[in-house]
Amino acid sequence: MHELGITHNIVAIVIENAQGLTVKRVTVEIGQLSAIMPDAIRFCFDICCQGTILDGTTLEIIEIPGLGKCRHCGTRIPLSQPFGQCYNCGSIELEIIQGQELKIKEMEVEEICV
Amino acid sequence: MCVTCGCSDEANVTLTNMETGVKTAIEEHHHTHTLPDGTVITHSHHHQEKEHHQTHSHTLTEGTVVTHTHTSSTINSPQIHAQIHAKTISLEEKLLQKNDLIAAQNRGWFKGRNVLALNLVSSPGSGKTTLLTRTIKDLKDNLSISVIEGDQETANDAQKIRETGCKVVQINTGTGCHLEASMIERGYQELKPEPNSILMIENVGNLVCPALFDLGEYAKVAILSVTEGEDKPIKYPHMFRESKVMILTKIDLLPYVPFDLNLCLEYAKQVNPKIEIFQVSSLTGEGLSNWYNWLKQTLKVETF
Repeated sequence: MHELGITHNIVAIVIENAQGLTVKRVTVEIGQLSAIMPDAIRFCFDICCQGTILDGTTLEIIEIPGLGKCRHCGTRIPLSQPFGQCYNCGSIELEIIQGQELKIKEMEVEEICV
Repeated sequence: MCVTCGCSDEANVTLTNMETGVKTAIEEHHHTHTLPDGTVITHSHHHQEKEHHQTHSHTLTEGTVVTHTHTSSTINSPQIHAQIHAKTISLEEKLLQKNDLIAAQNRGWFKGRNVLALNLVSSPGSGKTTLLTRTIKDLKDNLSISVIEGDQETANDAQKIRETGCKVVQINTGTGCHLEASMIERGYQELKPEPNSILMIENVGNLVCPALFDLGEYAKVAILSVTEGEDKPIKYPHMFRESKVMILTKIDLLPYVPFDLNLCLEYAKQVNPKIEIFQVSSLTGEGLSNWYNWLKQTLKVETF
């Protein structure tokens, strides 16, 4: 259950970067091959935000599909798990080129002007 | 722990030096961050963000600079602020960056001292500790081995390792489900493995979470026993993909359990075509010489 800690991490990083401003939205990128469950992150997010400046903040998760590249013929193969087989040449030597992302992409804050 | 993995603030991570018996708590709650403007702040998790005071400047259209301070409770006051609009801040912050930075430091420390660090990962009960004690006993005249032992609770495994005469520290992760790079850093500082030696890190029995955390090791070694089912590599592909080596243990039990050996090897290669596989029995000693040769060869190749 590493998602709870990862969500704590999201909240902590956003708080530091917000520098006291109200945060309206946080956008996180999670690759579908990253062994992180977006639903578990969503479940934990509200709880982790309680009592912080992120209370009520919207969480947006961008799920990035898995993509492999065959090391033999270069064909790009969509992947739903971190392994697979090239449908062009049959090789199982695939390099994962997308789907392992785990990062906070951006956050939207309320900017205050006099 | 509280920040990086799934456990609560009360995880109570401790480190026990098995030679002195001294047990110390690993304090994780204070840490340092660098803000975008270059300010470095160190704080604890008890920091009250709601009481945050903010001082900032605004430049008005005629060029006047206004600086004022307010707390978060006054932020939305219309008397102070005429207009609130949204601003998007691009972060691109990697969530495991803190762990990865410490792991990189660990890797440098190992490399600088010619220490071959191996991260042993498996489900509970696969035979990690038995393999480890047998390996230490068989190789202790030729190779120097020290051990960082990770478990949620008890020093039982470290005690078994200690009985072989090997240097060992026990790390208890409390409710934590894996070892992190910072724990390894504390571990080798305490253990002080000698140059040109092997450091075995026995991770918490768990095939999921430890796959995500780089400890700075040379290789992950996945251990799988024939009593577990041949489809483990495709059930837990992240771990087997991350591992350079797989050790199939308890092969003396093959005649008694329904385990399709060839299918297991096929699955492992499917997930990780480069994985090196050893089939061993820590009980009878069958196949262990291949594993020992790999250790000797890798230590030599990696360090000289």
